[in-house]
Amino acid sequence: MSQSPASAELIVKDLTIRFGGLTAVEGMTFEVNRGEVLSLIGPNGAGKTSAFNAITGYIQANGGSMTYQGTLLNGLKPNQIAELGLVRTFQKTSVFMGQTVLDNVLHGLHLVSKQRPLAIIFGLPSVAREEMELAAEAHRILGFVGLSGRADWAASSLPYGELRLLEVAIALAAKPKLLLLDEPVSGMNPSETASFMKILAEIRKLDITVLLVEHDMKMVMGVSDRVVCLNQGKIIANGSPAEIQGNPEVIRAYLGERYVRAQG
Amino acid sequence: MKRGLTLAWLLFLASVPLWLDNLYILHVLIMTGIFVIAAMSLNLLLGYTGQLSLGHVAFFGIGAYVSSLTTLGFSVHLLPDWQVSADPKPVWFGMLLGTVVAGLFGWAIGRLAFKVRGAYFVIVTISFAEVIRLVALNWVELTQGPMALNNIPYLRLGIPEVFEVAFLRKPANYYLVLAVGILCYIIIRRLVKSRAGRAMIALRENEPLASSVGVDVTRYLVLATVVSAAMAGAAGTLYAHYVRIVDPDVFLFIYTVTMVIMVISGGKGTLAGPVVGGIIFGLLPEVLRSARVPPEMQWVVYGVLMILVVYFLPQGIVPAVRDWWLSRRAADAPDVPAEATTKAASR
Amino acid sequence: MDQFLQHVLNALILGGTYALLGIGLTLIFGIMRVVNFAHGELYAFGAYMMYLWVMVLGTNFYLALPLAVLLGVMLGALMEFVLLRKMRGADIDTTMLIMIGAWIALQNTQQLTWTGVAKSIDSPFPTSPLVLGSVSVSWNRLFVFIVALALIGATYVIINRTRLGKAMRATFQDRDTAALMGVDINRIYTATFALGSGLAAAAGALLGPVFVVYPTMGDLASLKAFAIVILGGLGSIPGATIGGFILAFMEELGAGYVSSGYRDAMGFLLIIIILLVKPTGLFAQKERIG
Repeated sequence: MSQSPASAELIVKDLTIRFGGLTAVEGMTFEVNRGEVLSLIGPNGAGKTSAFNAITGYIQANGGSMTYQGTLLNGLKPNQIAELGLVRTFQKTSVFMGQTVLDNVLHGLHLVSKQRPLAIIFGLPSVAREEMELAAEAHRILGFVGLSGRADWAASSLPYGELRLLEVAIALAAKPKLLLLDEPVSGMNPSETASFMKILAEIRKLDITVLLVEHDMKMVMGVSDRVVCLNQGKIIANGSPAEIQGNPEVIRAYLGERYVRAQG
Repeated sequence: MKRGLTLAWLLFLASVPLWLDNLYILHVLIMTGIFVIAAMSLNLLLGYTGQLSLGHVAFFGIGAYVSSLTTLGFSVHLLPDWQVSADPKPVWFGMLLGTVVAGLFGWAIGRLAFKVRGAYFVIVTISFAEVIRLVALNWVELTQGPMALNNIPYLRLGIPEVFEVAFLRKPANYYLVLAVGILCYIIIRRLVKSRAGRAMIALRENEPLASSVGVDVTRYLVLATVVSAAMAGAAGTLYAHYVRIVDPDVFLFIYTVTMVIMVISGGKGTLAGPVVGGIIFGLLPEVLRSARVPPEMQWVVYGVLMILVVYFLPQGIVPAVRDWWLSRRAADAPDVPAEATTKAASR
Repeated sequence: MDQFLQHVLNALILGGTYALLGIGLTLIFGIMRVVNFAHGELYAFGAYMMYLWVMVLGTNFYLALPLAVLLGVMLGALMEFVLLRKMRGADIDTTMLIMIGAWIALQNTQQLTWTGVAKSIDSPFPTSPLVLGSVSVSWNRLFVFIVALALIGATYVIINRTRLGKAMRATFQDRDTAALMGVDINRIYTATFALGSGLAAAAGALLGPVFVVYPTMGDLASLKAFAIVILGGLGSIPGATIGGFILAFMEELGAGYVSSGYRDAMGFLLIIIILLVKPTGLFAQKERIG
């Protein structure tokens, strides 16, 4: 079960998060290896999203450390963490609702763009040139997630499934090395989920590591290289999808004590 | 088509002093132009970053006072035996300095208020403006307090005694305000259609998502505040050297409110909004005055109009007209979903 | 030392009315999430109603006071009904703009009605002050202080001991849950706005006879109320009470020992200092992300 530290891209060690008196995450330790898809699963309230928020700088950890390729993440702001190459999506659908689909992706290209305020104000030709390149790149990303035909639509007029694809497009625009997806297929129908899994497979080919939080077990078992299972803030299992599926602790966490006993 | 419309509009504006022989109306237009610049600067903050600054008149007043004092010269005792004096400087330098100092104050306010949003930001900016107003009122040695700074010199450009343009008469001032206004419009347009403007819009629309793709929220809020404050300061310097008398009343809160009404009614977060709103609300007082409406009643009308605009045209005039125009076009071309077009246009 | 004691006494007396102003504003924000820029206009309205009853209609001073407050309550209820009821789901900026519009309209209506000339209101108190050892206080100010304390006490009782207060507190905690539990939100909102307005009008009616009454008197009152409320934490009634007294002390000592011209700057300096010390703001809300 232990991986060689050389291949570990993200190392989370003894992470503890408390909200007032409530401990959301306690002593969580896991690693994400370069190039893999790691899923974080567990029942509601297990601390998955809290861990996500701590890694990406949206909440402060109360203890432990998070290290990305040797850089300590504790105390960094979300935008600084994004600059390191960790880009996340959100559990609740989160796009720039009042903007067009294309503009949404252009917002995502913020870190790719290099314009400086003074160059913008003086209207240097380099700015105009880069704007053309950015638009082309945004169209390319929209093509990648299958939203080419929607570029000029208002984000608010997209159907739900396409909104979730737009979220991924925005995150991809930020050129992630490690992509953190928070329940990307929740609320999708089976065919939407299936096409999302195809996109995820394409993302893997881009040499992007993926950390996934998901409830849809079919999706988790289908795409993951490794699965970490949390319950009540603690890690109870860590292994391949097959190992996790057979793990009695996991079954107990999900289905309760009685079910396990009844199954013998 | 759009380019031609812009050009026609500019030519019309430039032609006004050629055929308008009513100097009073020209004066009203100059004052309206100054306020349009201030409203455009406010729009950068209010419309594009979504932060309502109700202390905006402070930057306007700082620009006016700094430029006036630089060009008049001053002498103050900072401590009983420490006197600081300055000789009068040329007006162009004063105007530049006024703009820069207003921008520096914007930087300070942006840094100070960067962690607060919404109601708190509003109250901080009001407090800042009130403190500045009280300083202008009470630091009599520097500002003459309520006696006002008088005989402020007018702008001259060129080489003295060879070729010099004096911005004393109204047509010259009209062109000066028009030129500065166009310059500010171009700067804002470039900003909002660039990486910086997109970052501002992103943090207005969805701050957590903006920071997740690497937008440094503080940095872009401060940038918006600095540019906005400097432009408001520039408007203040135009005011000072046109009216040539500055008293603490330039800091009156009602001027900020006027700018807010101009931006909201025209359409916040649109380039043309503050221009349209500014022209309407700049000329409205004169219309009411010629209808012999007492000034208090005029302000009552302002207040009621503001409420009505929020109720019935929450997006403002410019987006409302554009939506109407686009939905007509969409009706002609049914392959584009009308809802998509209008929503995209209303940003 | 005597001078200092005199300042302390003055501050204590002034603090009572400041607390009234602050409590009214904090109630409205805490329960309704409305930044009430028209708050100071209710203060001015209270003062002008006092002028109307006492100086124009010749009503007895002690009868005029509750009448002025009652009219403030009614104006508040009317404003809530006309301006805010349809704006329930609107964001905080929208209602703020509406209240700014209301403020401008109200203030200039007052100016139109009463002209810009400052008015004074006769009070039935003896002109010679009450002398307590080395310090003195006018009878009128003492009366203001006692009535203000009584009104603060009454507000606490309403909030903490009545059914209405219970519903208000529930709405403050969680509007949607309160509505589910059968609280009539519209009624609570109108009552809250009326109560907050009544407190502002009371402050104006009490201070009108002490100072003079003029149309723009509400501007500083609004801004001071904001300072008080930020100091105490938006939505906190004890905070607003204490905040009122703290601001009064700062102003009184600032005017006494720094410069009387900067008396009114104290509140704003206070806001800026609070920001420097506690930049997240005293009413920052934690939101779950994701």
